[in-house]
Amino acid sequence: MRGNAAAHELVAPGNLAAVLDLLAHEPGKWTPIAGGTELMVAFAAGRLTTPKLVNLWGISELRFIDTTADEVVIGAGSTFLDLRRDAVIAADLPLLAKASSWIGSIANQGRATIGGNLVNGSPAADSSPALLAYDAEIEMVSVRGKRRVPYAEFHTGYKRNLLAPDELIYAVHLRRHFAKHKQYLRKVGTRRAMAISKIALAATALVEDGLIREIRIGTASLAPFPTRLSTVESALLGKALTQQAIDAARLALLSEAKPIDDIRSTAEYRKQVAANLLKEFLLELHVDLSGEGARG
Amino acid sequence: MSTASQTIHFSVNGERKQVNAPPMKRLLDVLREDLRLTGTKEGCGEGECGSCSVRLNGELVNSCLVPVLQAEGAVIQTVEGLETDGRLHSLQEAFLKCGGAQCGICTPGMLMASAQLMDRNPRPTMAEVREALAGNLCRCTGYMRIFESVLAAAVSCKSETELTETRDAR
Repeated sequence: MRGNAAAHELVAPGNLAAVLDLLAHEPGKWTPIAGGTELMVAFAAGRLTTPKLVNLWGISELRFIDTTADEVVIGAGSTFLDLRRDAVIAADLPLLAKASSWIGSIANQGRATIGGNLVNGSPAADSSPALLAYDAEIEMVSVRGKRRVPYAEFHTGYKRNLLAPDELIYAVHLRRHFAKHKQYLRKVGTRRAMAISKIALAATALVEDGLIREIRIGTASLAPFPTRLSTVESALLGKALTQQAIDAARLALLSEAKPIDDIRSTAEYRKQVAANLLKEFLLELHVDLSGEGARG
Repeated sequence: MSTASQTIHFSVNGERKQVNAPPMKRLLDVLREDLRLTGTKEGCGEGECGSCSVRLNGELVNSCLVPVLQAEGAVIQTVEGLETDGRLHSLQEAFLKCGGAQCGICTPGMLMASAQLMDRNPRPTMAEVREALAGNLCRCTGYMRIFESVLAAAVSCKSETELTETRDAR
């Protein structure tokens, strides 16, 4: 262990208002820490450069899952085990439940928070593709109040996001209207447990009268941050699901995706596998439609 | 710069403890160095191997990733707390009987992760055991004897939760 505990300050104001006051008083000086699954790794390795940390773990105002008829609102301090144990998420947002089960191990899932996953902003973040495919919204909070943005706009660059220096993520908002959507999520990594993804792709699509009326495709590890494939979505929107449309979507992905070579995989492998996952999703969607046609 | 130590209170294996430590000191180091509870091991120090698994307020955690300040007021159980009145936990008996331990570095973490599983799920399937222990690495056994130990404990003995429930029911 190369970290020196005495070199870092850690304070626990104990409630949200007090944390926000501290952040407002010295914007950018304090690094929030929740479950520690990212920052404590950096600390042990001697890579934690920030001297001042403020504790979010145990602040109950940030740890909730509220459900209304239309929406599920997940407090930023909810852990991935909280998400896995929630019956509404399991039933209405199954891609998010599945992604939550991919976060590290049980011990990691009991500590890692959804807010931490998003603020950390890894290009390979496990929860991101599902949140993009569900068109989640991020609610941010500071002493100045709350504001909401589409999650697709939250990340602005590698490990960069829209949060002001005095702001925290407060909650993630998800609509409960995907019952009629075809839903898909697949991660490709080196082993089933614990592995960080080489590539992950989530998608939701709504088909009416044989035409794709809605489609959202979220990916991890295809860009410097988790991204939707808007060119691919545009190529499919309003189209019938023909072989031609599937081929065109595949080509659009190969030109839109700009992955990198790194320790876990290569850019070329990532592009090809992402294109294959997209095709798998579209073929499954096609099979569903044919099945419905046969029954109708 | 040097941050002053703070007094932090929690309970470990049913005993109330008070330690004086920098708030960012890892719970793992507080357990091993300040409290001399060296059953909890350090493997990777980055939350990948599970050797340092303990239970914190009823959840399994990697104690290398917990700054001790976050344990203020917490209820902690380490591997030393699995036995009851000098009697080994059914999982410990099963690990001994079935060869679930070799070098022993991963064993405390394996036991804690297994105990966490069995408290919620006293009759786990092999798939459930594998998922529960997926965050615990072992470089000796090849895992099968560990999985078999957990399944043996589930079959031959009731879990602590069940025993407690049985006692309470009487």
